[in-house]
Amino acid sequence: MIDPSVVSLSRLQFALTALYHFQFVPLTLGLTFMLAAMETVYVITGKPIYKEMTQFWGKLFGINFAIGVATGLTMEFEFGTNWSMYSHFVGDVFGTPLAIEGLMAFFMESTFVGLMFFGWDRMSKEAHLAVTYLVALGSNLSALWILIANAFMQDPQGARFDPTTMRMQFQSFGSLVFSEKAQAEFVHASIAGYVCAAMFVMGISSYYLLTRRHREFALRSLRIAALFGIVSTLAVITLGDAAGREDYLVQPTKLAAMEGLWQTTKPPAEPWKLIALPNDATESDLFDFSIGIPYVLTPLVTHTFNQAIPGIDELKMEAAARVENGIRAVTALEQYAQTKDPNALSEFEFYEDDMGYGFLAQRFAPDQDLTKITPSDMPGIVTKTARASIPNVFVEFWSFRIMVAFGFAFLVIFAFGAYYSLRNTIERQPWVLYLAMWSIPLPILVALYGWITAENGRQPWSVFGWLPTFEAASTHSLGYMIFSLLGFATLYTLFIGAELYLMFKYARLGPSPAGSAEPRIAPAGGPAILRPGYAAKSWE
Amino acid sequence: MELYAVLKLIWVLLLGVLLVGLGTMVGMDMGVGTLLRFVGRNDAERRTALNIIGPHWDGNQVWFILGGGAIFAAFPTLYATSFSTFYIVMILLLFSMIIRPVAFEYRSKVEARNWRETWDWAFLISGALPMIIYGAAFGNVLQGVGFHFAWDGQYYQDESFIWYLLNPFAILCGVLSLALSIQQGGAMLMLRGVEPIYGRARRFAVSASFIAAALFIIGGIWISFIKGFVYSAPVDPAMAATPLAGPAVAMRAGAWLDNFHAFPLLWLVPVLGLIGMIGCALSLLAGRPALGWWLGALSWIGTIGTAGAAMFPFLMPSTTMPSQSLSVWNASSSAYTLGWMLVFALIFVPAIVIYTSWAFRIMGGKVRTETVSKNEHSY
Repeated sequence: MIDPSVVSLSRLQFALTALYHFQFVPLTLGLTFMLAAMETVYVITGKPIYKEMTQFWGKLFGINFAIGVATGLTMEFEFGTNWSMYSHFVGDVFGTPLAIEGLMAFFMESTFVGLMFFGWDRMSKEAHLAVTYLVALGSNLSALWILIANAFMQDPQGARFDPTTMRMQFQSFGSLVFSEKAQAEFVHASIAGYVCAAMFVMGISSYYLLTRRHREFALRSLRIAALFGIVSTLAVITLGDAAGREDYLVQPTKLAAMEGLWQTTKPPAEPWKLIALPNDATESDLFDFSIGIPYVLTPLVTHTFNQAIPGIDELKMEAAARVENGIRAVTALEQYAQTKDPNALSEFEFYEDDMGYGFLAQRFAPDQDLTKITPSDMPGIVTKTARASIPNVFVEFWSFRIMVAFGFAFLVIFAFGAYYSLRNTIERQPWVLYLAMWSIPLPILVALYGWITAENGRQPWSVFGWLPTFEAASTHSLGYMIFSLLGFATLYTLFIGAELYLMFKYARLGPSPAGSAEPRIAPAGGPAILRPGYAAKSWE
Repeated sequence: MELYAVLKLIWVLLLGVLLVGLGTMVGMDMGVGTLLRFVGRNDAERRTALNIIGPHWDGNQVWFILGGGAIFAAFPTLYATSFSTFYIVMILLLFSMIIRPVAFEYRSKVEARNWRETWDWAFLISGALPMIIYGAAFGNVLQGVGFHFAWDGQYYQDESFIWYLLNPFAILCGVLSLALSIQQGGAMLMLRGVEPIYGRARRFAVSASFIAAALFIIGGIWISFIKGFVYSAPVDPAMAATPLAGPAVAMRAGAWLDNFHAFPLLWLVPVLGLIGMIGCALSLLAGRPALGWWLGALSWIGTIGTAGAAMFPFLMPSTTMPSQSLSVWNASSSAYTLGWMLVFALIFVPAIVIYTSWAFRIMGGKVRTETVSKNEHSY
């Protein structure tokens, strides 16, 4: 039996450490490619300013990268430390992409990042450029394998449950890797990282232009960033639509919650809700009030005009129909595990497809023991389980809307930035510069909302349809969880403080030693020291 | 022998390779971290010491991540059970591991003395603690851990964490592992450092080698009194991987030496370990740090090989429910997973070794204080 508060604290810890880690990942994903792009220009044109740019943005990248690596360690170990049942249940499948991520991607990224920082004078320009590209490739491959792993939790492909080993066994490497969910997630999430990086570079460049420092450096960085930003944001929106359609196909409960669909839709006039206050307790919108745009939802989600989208009422009914069979499957499985009775096995195999719903019902059974359910308990347990199969609608509805709204806002900001930058009049548009500067943290925040949309929408499942989150946790005591949570909270708070302090310090310091308040600290823009004449010419 | 059993064997050997890689490469960096305050008496010296491993610590650390990932993929039940039963120490290990990358990147970016002193302490803790825990984990596993499984494969812990945190044999293994890491780190500091770091590193590393050798011998004798585990019924190496169907397991003092008695050639493994430790000390004394470094790696092979040879086929025996002990045969992934993972390992482990060597060659040569303060990317 597992203590519900231990499960809640384990979920809280995982969510907090994952979200914390994910503040740093998108910037890493995007900045590596921007660094590679800047260095490519440097190698082709031979203009030292592009080397300056690569090195300066590389320094800020380093501050971000260190903490991303550090907090990524937590993620890999937490599956084992806090989700033992999960690790046992899907380790045969899920461990593979994680291990390959280490072998193929993370090793490459981490080995070459050292050379990228330290190897400027130790190899040819071309070799260094290759190293930078390998870092970019490594970090993005890393994201690919992690999202393949994550997609397995959303839409388990390539595995089937084996009653002998009591776990999901790997059946098809191809189905796991080429899962459409994985492809959709990877491109959407990694390109969201490019948006974060573009805003980061554009925002800091705007700050220099506003404070009238490092003019040429900032103008060039801003132009690259704005163009990179437009392309990335357009891609992220398009690919987000593809990801949403995947949800409709394989995770209908997530989609219904995302769009706040309490009832199955009536195509084609069904409006797309812009604003509503979904109330999970009453399963309706507060005051039955919503503002929507008719005729948008159906083509948006289904890419047709006539398909209905199942609402929460219908999905709950479908779930309810599976609960009793699921309970039969799990009790037969338990009997088979203990007695190896072939009759129990064939009963299990008959109901196997509904097994997940049996596990889902477990927390509502007396003493969390399905064999103790009496016929009179059953209707209550079915209702509760069906209700539990729907994620929190309010959270899902609004995190999705925040993500989408900001996504379009970024497109506008990048478009203005690119327009004025290409016309060489960006300095006369301080409002664009201010807007870009204040927007630096927003894409990262929005990426976090994207993560919440994906993972809250997966609930109540750890592995969609197979293993509920509630059953997946380790059987820790409350004391253990309080210990680790307090530790993470303390360390991570100190880290973010140090990170922000250094980011601000080095961003303010800028690429040129001229603006340095503390010249004794190895100033950014080292080569500028070697060529003072050049620095004086092109910077101020 | 069936293919599945062969795959399980290959993977336990590969796991050994990864654990040796972890000990050697991560251990080296941890050793440098532990020694930082002692080999560097002022800020310039400490920065020099840090920059000796500066370009490489990040890549080296991946051995740790890969070790975790490989256990997850190849022995998922071991991963789930060991990480959860060792929760408190695992979390302490994580805390110290996540302080380290931040310490590298942030320490020298602010000049204030307090800031740098704080990070130097962080290096000491995040260097020594993980190595002690790494060794202590082996020490605990050798003695068996109290856990059992429910019918669905969920583990339940049967003893308090105080036991595995504070038992003398585990502490001995922890100190042994710390000593090996100081030996490795010291050899690296000598290899790429100059006086005064060179001389100080030598003093610490040589003492560490001798301490490690002594502890290794004491541990070896101690192990013959510890209750080892042995299958008391025939076991099918190609069995379906579940600890729930395990044949009976007996506990008997000295059982960990059974494999050595059955295959006397195995005695070579601990002997190689001892040769590594003593040889490392002698090479460092003779001013041959490169040779010393490789002999240090040999010490890791010998130490982890000895533990593995003693326990084989067990990975994490259970004291409270011995028949549910985790072994190479019952805790592994399916043949399909092991096969695919092997394909990737055969391609990428050699690639990793090649590009890591290339990185070390590119960045080779002595690290001097002047060059450190000149390079803007220095730690």
